Amino acid sequence: MGPVAFVLIAGVAVGSALGLVFKRNPIHGALFLVVNLGSVAALYLTLGAQFLAAAQVIVYAGAIMVLFVFAIMVLIPGKEETGPDPRRAYRVLALPVGAVLLALLVAVVAAGARGRAPAATAAPDGVEAIARLLFTDYLFPFELTSVLLLAAMVGVILLSRRREG
Amino acid sequence: MAPESWYLALSAVLFCIGVVGVIVRRNPLVIFMSIEVMLNAANLAFVAFGHRLGTADGQAVVFFVMAVAAAEVAVGLAIIVAIFRLRRRLFGGRFEPDALVVRAAARRGAGAPPCEASI
Repeated sequence: MGPVAFVLIAGVAVGSALGLVFKRNPIHGALFLVVNLGSVAALYLTLGAQFLAAAQVIVYAGAIMVLFVFAIMVLIPGKEETGPDPRRAYRVLALPVGAVLLALLVAVVAAGARGRAPAATAAPDGVEAIARLLFTDYLFPFELTSVLLLAAMVGVILLSRRREG
Repeated sequence: MAPESWYLALSAVLFCIGVVGVIVRRNPLVIFMSIEVMLNAANLAFVAFGHRLGTADGQAVVFFVMAVAAAEVAVGLAIIVAIFRLRRRLFGGRFEPDALVVRAAARRGAGAPPCEASI
């Protein structure tokens, strides 16, 4: 069941990512991205990372995508990508560059897979292991995260304020 | 259970799709979404490596990446909306405020941004 499930979910993930890149309408792209994030959450489940799967659905597919769709609706970029393209050279280069990068990455992965057999330790699954890590070894970065989010909030308010005077 | 290298290969594929999206698309919102795809590919690699090594450290790192990504999206979308307010359009291919728009805004009076779209 494992490999079959992986192939199915991976197909959905790759297809939705391609849909995001090649669909013209940004709203369609946003919905494809939701599917992509959901399939990655399913992959987290197959890897035994239940907490991350839940966080992915809540934070990414929920909060972040709502923000995206909201921005798309506000900016109404309906008639997108018409007119002369000042970056045509980049677009011609995009596919070769992507193919070369993919070949390099796959070569690295294949080399790693051919290497030593992975250590057969039992992975500490579940919420408890990550919670223990976050509140012991990673306590300082965890607290820094709150400062980062606060700074982002203040920055967004500053950016979206209308200038008076 | 599929081997971890399959997950790493999928992560590489998703990352490359994100790179191609950033290069090909002209809509800054779609470019931003492609960056999210790349972040997710990296997250998937982190979780796969953590699974292979038998620790939860990879998952902890992904947790931090998610927090940073949330902050990044909030700030980035605010910047895009601010650019749109300044220029009234999104698709020039470049982000520098072109001189005409800035001058027109200055002529119209320093205050009001030249667009009614606001959050």
